[in-house]
Amino acid sequence: MSLFTAIKKEWLEQRRTKKLLVSVIVLTLFGMTSPLLAKIMPQIIALVPGGAALTALIPTPTLQDGVAQYIKNISQFGILLALLFSMGAVAAEKEKGTLALVLSKPMPRFTFLLAKFCALALTFTCGLALAAAAGYYYSVVLFGEVSLLPWLTLNGLILFYLLIYVAITLFFSTITHTQYVAAGGAFAVLIVLEILGSLPGLAKYLPAAMIQNPVLLMNGQTAADWQCLWVGAALLILSLLGAGLIFRHQEL
Amino acid sequence: MNAIQLTGLQKTYGRVKALDGLDLEVPAGSVFGFLGPNGAGKTTTLRILAGLAAANSGSVEINGKIVKAFSANKEIGYLPEEPAFYPWMTPQETLNYYAGIFGLTAKDSRARTSALLEQVGLKEAVKRRVGGFSRGMRQRLGLAQALINRPLILLLDEPVSALDPMGRKEVLELIESLSKECTILMSTHILADAERVCDTLAILDHGRRLLQSDLKTLMAHYATPQLDLEFANDQVENLEKVAEHIRHIASVSTVKVEGRVLRLTVTNIKMAQADVMKAMLAQSWRFERLDVVKPSLEEIFVRLVGEEGRAQ
Repeated sequence: MSLFTAIKKEWLEQRRTKKLLVSVIVLTLFGMTSPLLAKIMPQIIALVPGGAALTALIPTPTLQDGVAQYIKNISQFGILLALLFSMGAVAAEKEKGTLALVLSKPMPRFTFLLAKFCALALTFTCGLALAAAAGYYYSVVLFGEVSLLPWLTLNGLILFYLLIYVAITLFFSTITHTQYVAAGGAFAVLIVLEILGSLPGLAKYLPAAMIQNPVLLMNGQTAADWQCLWVGAALLILSLLGAGLIFRHQEL
Repeated sequence: MNAIQLTGLQKTYGRVKALDGLDLEVPAGSVFGFLGPNGAGKTTTLRILAGLAAANSGSVEINGKIVKAFSANKEIGYLPEEPAFYPWMTPQETLNYYAGIFGLTAKDSRARTSALLEQVGLKEAVKRRVGGFSRGMRQRLGLAQALINRPLILLLDEPVSALDPMGRKEVLELIESLSKECTILMSTHILADAERVCDTLAILDHGRRLLQSDLKTLMAHYATPQLDLEFANDQVENLEKVAEHIRHIASVSTVKVEGRVLRLTVTNIKMAQADVMKAMLAQSWRFERLDVVKPSLEEIFVRLVGEEGRAQ
């Protein structure tokens, strides 16, 4: 009952504070424009002074270029939104004092956190679903046939990738009292994971690898390394459980 | 039976001792006034009772059951000093949300919400967003949310400090009416309010209880018999002379000049009244009134906290 009540409130918050709208607009915009940008890149370069000479060197854009552009844009801006939307989820409630009224009532603290995560997950699911639909449509129109299942797998994995950062940011939002510290903590984790990802042999275990595998699938190749999925799942679960454990005995 | 029993409660924030072995017994059905200067530990105590903070040591019992730290109780309603709400919600949505946490059905929640908004005078603001509410309106909504579960124990932290005189009067009347339904533990620094609505009082200072008593006993015990002798504007020239004369009356202990009034501390009210009257008539001195002064809670508070301060 508490979880349903909490999710209902969090979902209302996502809508009223326009987080859902922003997520839908930003992600759909990049879903739409990524294949388009990949397709017209040679023409854009040709417009740059001296660019005409370069166009001869640029190969004709393919679906793979469109997909690569889509992954890059959606994951980068998605992570930015994940950090921005989640950094104040708990910390801002502590700062403003709204949390005290909720937690002085029989609302289990982990339920409160879980509801926050579920509502944010729903927000990103909506945004990404529309982005995926727009991206698929434009890719088909601009590049021809696109395999649906790998495309859906790709988007599912991007969503999972973003939710890992939602969970990490929620963790920092829970353990600190200011949202900027929460954002800083999550950003630091992002940087560390990026640095570790550049080390040979380690990249395949890190969350960023999980969105590269569907690219292989879309190219008709097989993806062998899925350990990154387990690492990502562990990061997500540990972030939520860690936040829950700390939150359970936290003074407000 | 005690609704709340605190035993040896200790709470420190770094080097600051917020509570220093606090003992408190709040009788069931009482309106319990929790008084003390700033930093006495009132808010900390209420936060511990509301499950928002944990004591370092000591025990908390609510309705006879020992309460674990950080556990919110279904039988409690809590109003913090500055209640904060989600600005994007309407008061109705706010109360429905809290009702949902207590497991009220949608139908019960609607009925309870509507009744409470009426009770706290927010019926007309029902469709407005809370973000646009004044501090007084937020305080009223705070009171409504504290009552959403029909609590057996109501914890109020400075419930009327943000209200205008009319709002204060209404909320105090509401608290008085609620005293029939639940035990109320109310912290306040407005002593006249405590005197008006509370039947039992505790005075805290430096995290310790200085005293706990029912209001009548407290007043009787700490009351110093006093008389006020007031003069009209055209009678004040003799004031010092009169004061000097009255100081020699055996039943008068001290005489203090306060404007046009001589405040007399006396050993026996009736005897002093007669003696002062006789002295005034004998000297043919005119005066406007000679009244018995009712001791105020404020005087008792200042005296107790002042003594404690000197003892520190």
